[in-house]
Amino acid sequence: MTFLEFIFYVLATIASISALMMISVKNPVKAALWLVLSFIATAGVWLTAQAEFLGLVLILVYVGALMVLFLFVVMMLDINVSQIKEKFASYLPIGILTSIAVFIILYMVVGPGHFGLEKYLPPEPFSAGYSNTEALAIPLYTEHAYAFILAAVLLLVGIVAAITLTLRRQSTTMVLYQDIDKQVKTNAKDRFKMVKMDAVVEHDIPKVEEDK
Amino acid sequence: MFDLLQSWLSSFLYDWLAILITLVIQAVAVVLPLMLAVAYLTLAERKVIGFMQVRMGPNRVGYLGMLQPIADALKLMLKEIVLPSQANLYLFIIAPVLAIAPAIAAWAVIPFNEDGMVVSNINAGVLYVLAISSIGVYGIIISGWASNSKYAFLGAMRASAQKISYEIAMGFALVTVLMVAGSMNLTEIVEGQRGGLVNWYWIPLLPMFFVYFISGLAETNRAPFDVAEGESEIVAGFHVEYSGMAFAVFFLAEYAMMILISFMTAIMFLGGWLSPFEGIPVLETAFAWVNGFVWLALKVAFLLFLFLWFRATFPRYRYDQIMRLGWKVLIPLTIVWVFVVMLMKYTNFGPWFN
Repeated sequence: MTFLEFIFYVLATIASISALMMISVKNPVKAALWLVLSFIATAGVWLTAQAEFLGLVLILVYVGALMVLFLFVVMMLDINVSQIKEKFASYLPIGILTSIAVFIILYMVVGPGHFGLEKYLPPEPFSAGYSNTEALAIPLYTEHAYAFILAAVLLLVGIVAAITLTLRRQSTTMVLYQDIDKQVKTNAKDRFKMVKMDAVVEHDIPKVEEDK
Repeated sequence: MFDLLQSWLSSFLYDWLAILITLVIQAVAVVLPLMLAVAYLTLAERKVIGFMQVRMGPNRVGYLGMLQPIADALKLMLKEIVLPSQANLYLFIIAPVLAIAPAIAAWAVIPFNEDGMVVSNINAGVLYVLAISSIGVYGIIISGWASNSKYAFLGAMRASAQKISYEIAMGFALVTVLMVAGSMNLTEIVEGQRGGLVNWYWIPLLPMFFVYFISGLAETNRAPFDVAEGESEIVAGFHVEYSGMAFAVFFLAEYAMMILISFMTAIMFLGGWLSPFEGIPVLETAFAWVNGFVWLALKVAFLLFLFLWFRATFPRYRYDQIMRLGWKVLIPLTIVWVFVVMLMKYTNFGPWFN
C-alpha cells in the first residue's frame, strides 16, 4: 500500500461514515455538521485523484458558503423531532420498498460491473506543471461559452426571483425604513449650528451677599 | 532541503513513514515560528495602542515587558476551563479546534522566500488559501451554538454573516490578481512582480489592494469591524462561555489569521520577498545581500502595524453599515475592476502585462 492509497482509504472511510451519521443522527444541526465533514473528506478524495480545482471549489462553495447558510436556518428553527417521527412506523414498509428500488436502480447504473481496470485504462498521472484550472477553463470559455452564459443568466433569474419574493415595501405609516445613503451623507452642518458671538463680559453682576 | 531529508529517511525507513515524518517536521517548522509571532503580536498590539494613547503598555514582566506574552499564556493555561451545563460538550470542545485548524493549515502554501522556502508549492495556491480560510467560520458558528447562550449565539450569527459576506469581495479582489499574474501559484505571482516598486501589482490594482485589506479586517473580525466582540452590546460575542486555554485558542486563531492576511496582501500586492530597490542603480547593489525573507517580514510587519493602528483610531462600525459596505460598495467595486483589468490586459497597458 502506497502512502497515497493509505490517504485515500482514510478519507474514503471518513466520507462514508460521516455520510451514514448524517442520515442517522437525530439533531438536525449535527446532521448538517456531519455532511460538512463528508464534503471535506470527499474534497480530499478528489485531490488524491488530481482534480484539485474541483476539490477546492467543493470546499469553497459547499462548505464555506452553502452549508453555513444551511446551518443558519437549521439553528434558528426550533424543529420538533418527535412530531416528525410520529408516523415513522406506518410509513416504514413503503420507505423500505422505495429505498430498495432506488438502490437497485443505482446498482444497475453505477454498480461495480461498470468499473474496473479491464473496462478503463488507469488514468495517466499529470505532469507537475499541469494546471487543472486552466484545463477546465479553456473549454468552458471557448467551446461551451454559450451554455456557460445561459447557465449564468439562469442563475441571475433565480436571484431576481428570490429577491422579488422577499422584497415587499409597506406604507411608511406601518413600518419605518432606514435610508442609509441619507444617514451616511449627513454633515455636522445639518444637525449642529455654530453661533458666532462676541466675547462679551457682563458687567454689574450683583454680588451675592454671604451669610454672616 | 526537505526533499533531502525525506530521501535520507526513506533509505532506512518505510516510504510512507519517511513522508509522514517529513510532513510533521515541515508543519512544526511553520507552526512554531507562527505561534511565537502570534505571541509577540499580542505584545506589540498592547504596546502600540498604549503609546498611541500616551500610556506605557505592559512593562513589568521582563525587559520592556518582553516576557508578558509568556506570562499571559501561563496564566491562561493554569485557569479552569468552565463547561457550561446544558451545553453540547463535544461541539463545545471541538469549536476552538475548528477555529485554529484552518488558520494554521492555510500556511502550507505560503512561500517565504525566493529559494523555495514553502511547505508545498502547489498550482492552485490562491484557491487553497481561500478554501481553507472559508472553513474558519465553522469554529465561530459551532462555538456560538454549542454554548447554549443567547449572547454567544447572537455573536456567532453576526460574525459568521459578516465573514461570508466579505469573503465574496475578497475572492473577487484575488480574481483580479490572478488575471494580472496569469497564475494561481503564489511563487509565480511574486515572480511576476519583479522589477522594482512600480512593477508590483499594487499600482494597477490599487482599489483592489484597499478592498482586499478592508475585507481582511472584516474577515478577521478586527476593529473597526469587530462587532463579533461588541463588548458594549453582547458581552464578548461567540466566545463568552469559554475560559482558560479554550478562550486563548480562539485568540491564537484570530491573530494567526491576521498574520496570514498580511502575508497574502504582501505577496499579492506588495511584491512578496522582492526588494523595493530593484532597478535603482546604487541602492540595488547596496541592499543585494539582504535575504528575501527580510523584505517580506518588513512588509508584513508594516501591514500588521496598520491592523493595530486602525484599532486605536477608528470607532466600531454599526452592523447595518458593515453589511452595506460589503455588499453595496466593495463587491460592485471589485466587479467593475475585473472589467478594468480586462481592458488593461487587452491593451497591454503598462509594464504589468508584457
